[in-house]
Order: sequence, then structure tokens, then C-alpha cells
Amino acid sequence: MERKLLLRGVLVGALAGLLAFVFARIFAEPQIQTAIDYETGRDAAKAALDKAAGLPAGLAGPDIFSRAIQANLGAGVGMIFFGVAVGALFVVAYAVCLGRVGNLRPRALALLVAAGGFLAVYLVPFVKYPANPPAIGNPDTVKDRGGLYLLMVLCSVVFLVAAVWLGQRLRERFGNWNASVLAGATFVVAIGIVMAILPSLGHLAGNEQQSGNHTTETPLALTNAGGTIVYPGFPADVLFDFRLYSVAAQLILWATIGLVFAPLADRLLKAQSGMVEPERLRC
Amino acid sequence: MTSIPAPTARATPVVLPVSKAVLWLASTVITALALYYFIGVDQGAISVFGNDMHIHEFVHDARHFLGFPCH
Repeated sequence: MERKLLLRGVLVGALAGLLAFVFARIFAEPQIQTAIDYETGRDAAKAALDKAAGLPAGLAGPDIFSRAIQANLGAGVGMIFFGVAVGALFVVAYAVCLGRVGNLRPRALALLVAAGGFLAVYLVPFVKYPANPPAIGNPDTVKDRGGLYLLMVLCSVVFLVAAVWLGQRLRERFGNWNASVLAGATFVVAIGIVMAILPSLGHLAGNEQQSGNHTTETPLALTNAGGTIVYPGFPADVLFDFRLYSVAAQLILWATIGLVFAPLADRLLKAQSGMVEPERLRC
Repeated sequence: MTSIPAPTARATPVVLPVSKAVLWLASTVITALALYYFIGVDQGAISVFGNDMHIHEFVHDARHFLGFPCH
């Protein structure tokens, strides 16, 4: 049974990653390209300023793969494997929840677990540390940013699991509805405290020295020694579109997992519970 | 996804006795997390292959897009 569920979850995850990639390829790649062009132009302007001021030139990043490979093959492979990974985790969560979180039908449970995955793995961490296109992000702070992001993901997953457990515990005393509301509220308060404690990216040590007191790492306008703007700040519309499409892609990914897995699991579980020949259906 | 009420005629059966399936659960979780790590994190904040940047550069766009911090 476990293996049958897992196989379905992994395949559904790969399909979900593929759909999310198709969406991303159409809508997000133009934004990524705009961001990269902005970064290239900004770096050139910065280099010209540094040269005029007699400073040494900065190092360029590696160019191992062409943009075409990155945008088509790399992004596709990355998103499909991400789908496989979260599909497998989804199945584990689903299998553990089956029969342990109240009288939920297999289909409804699949949708709820997928919604939980979308929230805990992506959307809640996004609220604190949103997705950024290229050009946003100080290379010197990547260690801190990586750690903080994973900490956010870990906290929201752990808190969500704890909230589900709490909801189950409170159910007998307060009833289903009130227990769910209480558990949800506890989750919001707990994760809110974590968000308030963790630093904003702009306040990381490396950034405050470089660019002063700002909450984010989004590049501001570049000025020369006389204070005249020689290169604009990062375009706000590009940033908004990129983030909107990023959320939409994850929504597509998790919705596909939930909606496609639900009937598959339903059929599998029905076959198992109403089985005529137990041995034949067991794996 | 807390216990939102959805009354059904019969309770959903416990399909997976955790004690029996610990090995299966653990190996799936570890494999999936390794995949998550290589897609999202490796050769950025920390790297298991030292200074090599092939994975990072290959999945570069996916990383930005999936919300991971990237260079």
C-alpha cells in the first residue's frame, strides 16, 4: 500500500512540477530576463563609476551554462525534481494523516494536505522572505539568507504539524469547528512571533554597512559622487510580476498534487477497504 | 489543514501503522529532503562539492522561481 501511494505521489509531483514549469517558462522567464538585463546594466554603470573613482573592478559570476540552457532545460529539470521531492513528502504526510485526523474522506484529505504543503513549505516563508528575481540579493549575505529561509520553512512546517496535533487534542473538548479555529490561531500567533524575531534581509550585517538602513536588498538607484542618479533602482513592476508568478506557479504545483492525487488515492483506498482477495491487492 | 469538519458515514481507516512503516517513511523523507536540498540550497549558502557551481547554475532559474535565496 505504501509503495503504491508513494509511486502515485512521485508521478503526480513530477506532473505538477512540469505544469508549474510550463507556466513559469511562459510568464516568469521574461521577468527573469528583464532582471538579468537590469543587473548587467547596473554592473556596467557601477564598474564605470568605480573606474572613475579609481577602485578595482569587481568579479563577474560564473557563466557555466548559457541562458537558453538555464531557462529551458535547467529550470524544467529543477522544477520537475522539486515536484518529485514535495510529491514524496506529500505522500508521507498523507499516509500518516490517513485515519488520524478525523473523519475525512480520502479525497478531502488529499486536498487539505496539499493546501497545508503549499502554506507551510512555500507561502508562509514567502511572507517573511519573498522570492526574488536575479539582481536582487547581495552575494555576501547568501549564507545568512539561505539559513534564514530554511529556518522559516522548518518553523512553519513544524508549527503546522503541531497545530494539527493541537486541533486533534482540543476536538473532544471544544468541538471540531472551535478546535480548528483555535489551532489555526495558535499557528498564526506562533509563526508571527518567529517572523517578528527573525531579521529583515536588509538589516543583515553585510547590508547595513554597504547600503545603510533598508528592510530589503532590492537595489536602489545608483548615484555618482555628485549625487546624480546614473542608474535607476530595480523596476517595481518587474518585481511584483515575478513574485506574483512565483506564487501562482507554486499554487499550480500544489493544486495539481492535491487534485490529481485525490482520485488516485480514493480508488486505491476503496479497492483496499472493499477487497475481495486481500492477498492480491496487498503490496 | 487542521481538523476541518467533513462528516462522513464511516471513519477513514488508519492505513499506515507507523511502527511498521518507520523505515519506509524515513527513507522516503530523507531521499526527498536530499532532492529538495540539491534543487534549492546546494552550492549557494553551503556546498557539498566545494566550489563547483554546476548544479547551482543549472537550476538557477528554478531556484529563483521556487523562492529559494540565490547568490
